[in-house]
Amino acid sequence: MHNKSLAELAKGLQAREFSSEELTSSLLDRLEEKNAELNAFVTITRDNALEQARAADQKIAAGEAGLLTGVPIAQKDIFCTKGVKTTCGSKILDNFISPYDAHTVENCNDAGLVMLGKTNMDEFAMGSSNETSYYGAVKNPWNLDCVPGGSSGGSAAAVAARLVPAATGTDTGGSIRQPASLCGITGIKPTYGRVSRYGMIAFASSLDQGGVFTQNAGDAALMMGVMAGFDPRDSTSLDRPVPDYTATLNESVSGLKIGVPKEYFSEGLEAGTAEIIQAAIKEYEKLGAKIIEISLPNSALAIPTYYVIAPAECSSNLSRFDGVRYGYRSDNVTDLESLYVNSRSEGFGAEVKRRIMIGTYVLSAGYYDAYYIKAQKMRRLISDDFEQAFKQVDVIMGPTAPSPAFKIGEKTDDPVSMYLSDLYTGAVNLAGLPGMSIPAGFDHGLPVGLQLIGNYFDEALLLNVAHQFQLATDFHKQAPSGYA
Amino acid sequence: MEWEVVIGLETHAQLSTRSKIFSGAATAYGAAPNSQACLVDLGFPGQLPVLNKEAVRMAVKFGLAIDAEIGMRSVFARKNYFYPDLPKGYQISQFELPIVGKGEINVVQEDGTTKTVGITRAHLEEDAGKSMHEGFAEHSGIDLNRAGTPLIEIVTEPDIRSAKEAVAYAKKLHALLLYLEICDGNMQEGSFRCDANVSMRPKGQKEYGTRAEIKNLNSFRFMEKAINYEIERQVDVLESGEKVVQETRLYDSDKDETRSMRSKEEANDYRYFPDPDLLPVELEQSFIEGVRKTLPELPDVKRARFVSDYILSDYDATILTDSRPLADYYEAVVIVCKESKLAANWVMGDFSAFLNKDNKDLAESPVSAEMLGGMLNRITDNTISGKIAKTVFEAMWAGEGDVDTIVEAKGLKQVTDTGAIEAIVDEVMANNTGQVEAYKSGKEQLFGFFVGQVMKASKGKANPAMVNELLKTKLNS
Repeated sequence: MHNKSLAELAKGLQAREFSSEELTSSLLDRLEEKNAELNAFVTITRDNALEQARAADQKIAAGEAGLLTGVPIAQKDIFCTKGVKTTCGSKILDNFISPYDAHTVENCNDAGLVMLGKTNMDEFAMGSSNETSYYGAVKNPWNLDCVPGGSSGGSAAAVAARLVPAATGTDTGGSIRQPASLCGITGIKPTYGRVSRYGMIAFASSLDQGGVFTQNAGDAALMMGVMAGFDPRDSTSLDRPVPDYTATLNESVSGLKIGVPKEYFSEGLEAGTAEIIQAAIKEYEKLGAKIIEISLPNSALAIPTYYVIAPAECSSNLSRFDGVRYGYRSDNVTDLESLYVNSRSEGFGAEVKRRIMIGTYVLSAGYYDAYYIKAQKMRRLISDDFEQAFKQVDVIMGPTAPSPAFKIGEKTDDPVSMYLSDLYTGAVNLAGLPGMSIPAGFDHGLPVGLQLIGNYFDEALLLNVAHQFQLATDFHKQAPSGYA
Repeated sequence: MEWEVVIGLETHAQLSTRSKIFSGAATAYGAAPNSQACLVDLGFPGQLPVLNKEAVRMAVKFGLAIDAEIGMRSVFARKNYFYPDLPKGYQISQFELPIVGKGEINVVQEDGTTKTVGITRAHLEEDAGKSMHEGFAEHSGIDLNRAGTPLIEIVTEPDIRSAKEAVAYAKKLHALLLYLEICDGNMQEGSFRCDANVSMRPKGQKEYGTRAEIKNLNSFRFMEKAINYEIERQVDVLESGEKVVQETRLYDSDKDETRSMRSKEEANDYRYFPDPDLLPVELEQSFIEGVRKTLPELPDVKRARFVSDYILSDYDATILTDSRPLADYYEAVVIVCKESKLAANWVMGDFSAFLNKDNKDLAESPVSAEMLGGMLNRITDNTISGKIAKTVFEAMWAGEGDVDTIVEAKGLKQVTDTGAIEAIVDEVMANNTGQVEAYKSGKEQLFGFFVGQVMKASKGKANPAMVNELLKTKLNS
């Protein structure tokens, strides 16, 4: 049952081939067993899940079920879940039981989806390997010595290992697309403002966007239908109708203009990955698409720009974790100063502290103009590049990450090399555009993802383009050995 | 050396919205600690601010009232610092692009001259909570009810040159905010709080001296005392050859002194940057025009109108227009009783005195404008005398009914019957033959004695003019 896609499981439930309780129980058994080696989950919510499953079964029996009622999924532990521990991968929230549900969680509950648990992640979504989690590294199911990518590494590993058919994620600089690439699955980060940030613990508010991991584009379309939508509780949420993302999946890509930025194939991209991406683009050519070489001249600015803006915002966003009202409080407190210093020093990990310090520095008097204001100008230039490109092409394609999954521990001592994992993804967040990663091939047994970048609100087009590729290929159908 | 003081004021006025500036929690004062703080106010993970449009409307209303530039695009920024009553670790405020730009406020001073105080800017921000340091053993308590309450911070140019001017400006601003119905002005509850930047310079020098910021000026009286204390302190420092330190000082009203809180060296770098959770506030001209339509007649305009329409002195008009409810009350009285000067005397006199005595708000007055106007009409039509009116007013205040009911019930109707008054006059003269003799022999100052006796005998009801007339005739015959 675990190999079935989201759509297949939904069909099975509706046809009463199995009950949600049977399905949930069977997936939970497998999840508990496999998680011991993958460490993909921080919290497994067995009792809640079975309760939700029984409620779903009643709805199905009563004929009140929705399209996805009773299908199990997982939530990234960045989304607040009422009554359930919500850690954001951090010691500082290790004891935090959220008193409310995030908008995404509400939407999933309303759709009748069954939550099996909360997935592991880089601490406060800061990382590209899932090694910064207080709960330990997540293993890549394709090779347990490798990282799954990050920050949504637990969700990506869970879907890749077929523990759940879908799992939510968030993407601030590549945190959905890069792990999707490294784990050989489909991941989508929608346009900024498409999925509400209400209840999604903030890392960098102007970049954070919720999305989802699935086995294929069709399932991603179904999940986007659940997650997307206006939410007045998030002032950056966009009040636009949500299209039926499944309605256009089958449209032909013949005549589609695909832009391939030359800057994405220069230094930094591994040869094996480059070959796979070129072959994938060739596949689109076979399907009738037109390949156009384009230029995004300011691509090289993306990483430095991102690593000013994201730390600046996070340094402020994470100030609320002060040991006063909730979360970790140091035992070693004698006064206000030591309450702050010790709670935060003991509660945050090294990468989070590094970014808080960078962010505090770039916002400081005397440095603000040179860093923060300059980064905002660079951000504008990066957006303008995309705007120019989309006058010429419908979709932009290139690698998601510069290489397949790397070894656990390989880059932990070299933050800059780690930051370069987001070389091709960060610019998309800076511009607020939608992006996807879909399986495009294997390099020495490790998956490689193709990145698709769309114009604002072109999620339906991206999903359609991805789906057409998946009709012609079967990379997305391959599961890591031991998890098939 | 002769010194000149330079003062700038920063005022935090609480906007009287029902809910907070970025959350739906109530703003009412005095609730149980932390009972009016929702997850947004508590700074919970994942919670986001949503701007209260009413706060924007009120800020624009203030800007229009002082004829200031309105920021068509204003931006909320985060002011970052750690404190336990600041749940998010930052305060959402406005920094580079405030909602209200340059404007000015004209202040009439005691000597009758008008002083123009420049307004640098006014911006919207959220209030912090309160730290409570008493009653928690070795800990401090935090009440976050106030966290997220909307404030408008109004900053003046360094245009003020004395403590009295500062108080006159603060009172004018206070009255204006109440006129606009955007602040309840309650200084005890912290709805209107002023900080003063005070510096000294040799008279005639252009450059400003080093300033100190004085906090905790929670009444007009304390403001004046604190600034005067600070002036003396700084002059002492300068005249002893030392330098004034740029710092924040707290006014202690018990000791009547200012004390150093923190110096610039220890000051925070607030690391302001635009709040990415909130979009810039873009105002449409039509919105501004809509707000303009809600502007009431402003105090200066109203005062001038009172002088011309009601033929009042500048002094009377100033007092009557001091607050909008009082001005409205006065005008409601004048609708009933056209004698505008009489009405002014009563509203400023007995009416205000009774409010003060009972410590009542105008809205709680047991005597409505219609009742007071009705009573004044009974004075002008000679039903009662001005003196009896005071008795009637007291009865009305005690809830005994309107003027006619009380006059009837108490038999206070003025006696205007010549025969009746004549009989009393005769009786008084018969009982005081000695005084009559004295009067007739030239002791004319006794006339007042006879008037008093007649009024007393009539229990105050005799028409005083007629008493005068009759007494004159009879005593001089």
